Amino acid sequence: MLEFLADIGYERWVLPALLLIPLGGAILIYVARIGRGRVDDIANAASARVIAFATLLVEFIVSAGLWWTFDPARSTWQNVVMKAWIPEWGANFVVGIDGISLMMILLTTFIMPLSVLGSWTSVREKLPAYYALLLVLTTGMIGVFISLDLLLFYVMWEVMLIPMYFIIGIWGGERRIYASIKFFLYTMIGSLLMLVAILYLWIQTWQAGAPTFSYDSLLRTIDVSRTAGLLLFGAFFLAFAVKVPMFPFHTWLPDAHVEAPTAGSVILAGIMLKMGTYGFLRFAMPLFPDVVMSPAVRTTMLALAVIGIVYGALVAMVQPDFKKLVAYSSVSHLGFVMLGILALTLESVQGALMVMINHGISTGALFFLIGMIYERRHSRMIDAYGGIARVVPLFAAMLTIVSLSSIGLPGTNGFVGEFLVLIGSFRTEPIWTVIATTGVIFAAAYLLWAIQRILFQPVTHAENERLTDLNVREMVIMAALVIPILWIGIYPKPILDRMERSAAQFISDVERGAAERTAASRMGN
Amino acid sequence: MLLQQVAATTGHPLSGTVADWMWLLPLLPLLGFVLNGLLAVVSVYRRGPADPAAESGHGHGAGHEAVHADPAHAGAHGTHHHVPPRHKFAGLASIIGPAVLFAAFGLAVSIFGAMSGASHLEQPYVQRYFTWMPVGDFRIEAAFQLDQLSMIMVLVITGVGALIHLFSVGYMRDDPGYPRFFAYLNLFVFFMLVLVLGASYPVMFVGWEGVGLCSYLLIGFWFSDKANADAGKKAFIVNRIGDFGFLVAMFLLYANIAALDFVGVSQRAGELAPAIVTAICLFFFLGCAGKSAQIPLYVWLPDAMAGPTPVSALIHAATMVTAGVYLIARSAVLFALSPVASLTVAVVGALTALLAATIGLKQWDIKRVLAYSTVSQLGYMFVGVGVGAYAAGIFHLVTHAFFKALLFLGSGSVIFALHRAYHATHSRADAQDMRNMGGLRRYLPWTFALMWIATLAISGIPPLSGFFSKDEILAGVFARAGHSTLAEATWLGIPGGPLLYAIYGIGLFTALLTAIYMTRMMLYTFHGPNRTGETERSHLAEAPWVMTLPLVVLGILSAIGGWLNIPEIMGFLGPPQWLHHWLDPVVGAPTLAVTGGEAVHLAHRTEYFLIGGAVAIAVVGILFAVVRLKPARLVTKDQAVPERGFARVLANKWYVDEAYDRTIVRPVVGVSRRLLWTVTDKWLIDGLLVNGSARVTSFFGRLGSYLQTGSVSTYAWAIVLGVLVVLGAFTLR
Repeated sequence: MLEFLADIGYERWVLPALLLIPLGGAILIYVARIGRGRVDDIANAASARVIAFATLLVEFIVSAGLWWTFDPARSTWQNVVMKAWIPEWGANFVVGIDGISLMMILLTTFIMPLSVLGSWTSVREKLPAYYALLLVLTTGMIGVFISLDLLLFYVMWEVMLIPMYFIIGIWGGERRIYASIKFFLYTMIGSLLMLVAILYLWIQTWQAGAPTFSYDSLLRTIDVSRTAGLLLFGAFFLAFAVKVPMFPFHTWLPDAHVEAPTAGSVILAGIMLKMGTYGFLRFAMPLFPDVVMSPAVRTTMLALAVIGIVYGALVAMVQPDFKKLVAYSSVSHLGFVMLGILALTLESVQGALMVMINHGISTGALFFLIGMIYERRHSRMIDAYGGIARVVPLFAAMLTIVSLSSIGLPGTNGFVGEFLVLIGSFRTEPIWTVIATTGVIFAAAYLLWAIQRILFQPVTHAENERLTDLNVREMVIMAALVIPILWIGIYPKPILDRMERSAAQFISDVERGAAERTAASRMGN
Repeated sequence: MLLQQVAATTGHPLSGTVADWMWLLPLLPLLGFVLNGLLAVVSVYRRGPADPAAESGHGHGAGHEAVHADPAHAGAHGTHHHVPPRHKFAGLASIIGPAVLFAAFGLAVSIFGAMSGASHLEQPYVQRYFTWMPVGDFRIEAAFQLDQLSMIMVLVITGVGALIHLFSVGYMRDDPGYPRFFAYLNLFVFFMLVLVLGASYPVMFVGWEGVGLCSYLLIGFWFSDKANADAGKKAFIVNRIGDFGFLVAMFLLYANIAALDFVGVSQRAGELAPAIVTAICLFFFLGCAGKSAQIPLYVWLPDAMAGPTPVSALIHAATMVTAGVYLIARSAVLFALSPVASLTVAVVGALTALLAATIGLKQWDIKRVLAYSTVSQLGYMFVGVGVGAYAAGIFHLVTHAFFKALLFLGSGSVIFALHRAYHATHSRADAQDMRNMGGLRRYLPWTFALMWIATLAISGIPPLSGFFSKDEILAGVFARAGHSTLAEATWLGIPGGPLLYAIYGIGLFTALLTAIYMTRMMLYTFHGPNRTGETERSHLAEAPWVMTLPLVVLGILSAIGGWLNIPEIMGFLGPPQWLHHWLDPVVGAPTLAVTGGEAVHLAHRTEYFLIGGAVAIAVVGILFAVVRLKPARLVTKDQAVPERGFARVLANKWYVDEAYDRTIVRPVVGVSRRLLWTVTDKWLIDGLLVNGSARVTSFFGRLGSYLQTGSVSTYAWAIVLGVLVVLGAFTLR
């Protein structure tokens, strides 16, 4: 396998290819339409989704090679490709991966073809546009995870936001306009501030005579005053905290999830929320370690993370709408990620990375299941169901397994992540961790209560008696998701091994940076 | 492929023997789960259309007439007259389900044989399979460990488990969810074996949560009834509160001694500061209180009786609920270091034993009597392990597994008979209420005789098993009240010695109550006139042999189980203290640590006196019940008047459920709904901040649009105003 990949020069072209393949697919969708007449023509529709699925399947297969070629022992960027972009500004096209981006790429390329399968029959209008947007979105998301140039990162960040805005706004539910505008404004405000911060950093390098957007050199050369550092971190913080979402920047999420079509919710929860935590891991914390490690900022962020865990779980418990319930549960899960990242122990950071992956799989699976039952019954309300385990046993079995993984039952993926986060965070932040651990109680409360009201009890609505169970396409989707749920739960070692060096690197970057800069500022005084 | 990776403890006396196959113990039931699960899914699956949206709303019910799993027709709860056809895979499931258990039991027995024959078993036999969670230097291994303690547990789980599986073949015979039932039951045994074989706390936690999951699924097995589904959910959530304690205890262990495997913990336990040990033990005990139904988390167990009766016998009496006792025995090294935590365990155990026994006095549902009895007996076990008599606690765990499984299966046999009778006559009467029973000794002679054996055993009548194990615990408490590290400690300001005497007193009094409520149950069920109904009576009959045979085996075990651990002073009965010696490598050192370095010894005269007292109390309890209770005066459930006064408080379980509901459940839900969701999320963040800032923005936008009127004179005035302001600002400087 490795020899074959080396023969075809895989390592040199794989990252640009991952950016270009989906764009090629999007173009193909439009090319295929030429000379076919009406936009909503059935042939076009069918060809659009087939092209999208085939493209994303190729994308997944191409990305899968990274699993083997990635060298867990190397601490430098891998598969780096660099091309001059705007030389006079010092902006370059630089991409490369470490263990963290590796797993995020694989998560993305794994979820995306499934999203197309999940949209197969539920999206019924403007198919070419829909699938083209999904493909552009893929490019944007991959781009965010591999950019090593801050301008390129910002561009990719925006490339990712806009298709999602349209996907919610056009193919969403009844209140889609409100939800999409809310989504857009929330994330736009954050990302514009981030752009200002990036430009500020760039101006610094420009004044020093060597303008650059390069992540690596900025990481080494950043030299800003304490106040400026706080403001710059604040700008990055807002952009990423909205995306995570951290309490109290989370209220766009329930609306966006509820109104988005199934694939939109899956991608939003499964991949796009990780952009926020990825941003903290890659940019906000390593670039401004002294700010993050200052007691006031650190305590505030820990507090917000832990409030998110408990608050998200409690509010999820009382939701009448199942999609909203899952949305609030995301606030809770991502709180665990933030806690793990902030606690800065190897266990907790590794755990946080695992929770990012697991949340993508499990919450993605939950949204798929909601979508499947919604297609049949046209309701997301929990009390529209009841007793359907008897009518649709396979659906019930899948919902139960996925819910159990979401509440972190040992033996499923959910446990591995949460356990590592908590046991690692306890070493540095015992009090916050104990409070966070109560989240495991509330998680059981909200999900079991919900699945009881959906699956168990007597059938109260006659129309539920006629529900049909999962079809083959839906079973393929669920099987694809349940396998990693169990695999990661039982044998997470290969994944942990691949991320370990990057997690350690992150910790040492933050700790060393904080120590150096705090010392430097003391000397300055 | 698994075997090749096994890196066994080198040079362990058990390596190379049949004990190398211990990984197969849990794998057998797991195999059963997979097979039965496939049967369950295959039999009910109806494929959905390729495009669900196109099909919906057309009201077509193709396949609707297919296998229709209506739990209203189910087993012991059905009330309809027509008997649904047996599940099409029932035959296959009845072979797979029990067969894997019997195979596992056979393997367990042969491993036990190998262990009995081997010498120098001071160290556990640890098998490492793969690294589960590696992070830096921190590695949690997927590993099992076999030692004397886990061996005893494995024998009980697979042995009693196999009998209960066999019983289920008859009891669940006509249930539409037949393969699903065996799938869950097999899965339970798998997790239970992982729990007792796990070589570290995290692996044990896999089993710990897994059995909770199976309990949840099996309590809610007839999930179409809301009460059953509620009970399952309650069990899971209350258990999760306990799991919170288990987790925090693990965090504390890891943060302080960086060890989570049992071998490592026992090696490094001495490095822990006393306050940390106490905290670890108390958090572990919170976990035990959840799993083993102790105050304040016992409330789920009585409700758990909503599950099918074999489930109650296996999970909620014989095995899972004793996991807490196992956890403390397993962590004896830690508990022995903390007298305060140990006394807490003993006090909570004693109070739980007493509280549950009082409630048991006034229950009418036969399974609820047994449920509270289980809570009460678990309290005894905690008294045992709490005072550092770890072997005694495990001894009572084993005998209790025999006689309580027998009692539950016996009640299952009774319920089965009543249910069939009511089924035949289309009656909707309650098949579990003792007021609808009475005089059943004539119709169910085997069940009658066997349940009396169990009743006498649990009451502590010699020479039945319960007598020995209960006596061992009480004698242990009495001895340690005189001299031990516990007697010298203080607990919340109370000196340990008097506290232990008080616990002993509570134990004796609870024994009296136990004899009373158990005799009451037997009298109301089997004696006096029959109240089942005129027509129903002719349908009452003993269950088929698959159900009676397990009862007979358990009856024998309940009778002779005491020989496992005969007291020294009764050495004339056989080799004394076998179990004590057997468990010595595991819990011997901690036991000695509690008793201050020397084995506990009571004067023979004291010991005879204690035994005599305990037996006398049991006899008094039984006689009191026989004399005072009048089964002949009972009326059936629908004619009965509710209790009054104190009896009503007991019948309503001291209103603890209601109190929890008012003080915890409703406030949490209320605060979440009103304060967090409505006020914080909707009004404060979304209303005020998000939409508010949007409104402010649009307000300024509109303000701006007023400025841009297009009228030149307005602009001129604005310019003049601006110039004046600027000039003014400069002149004022």
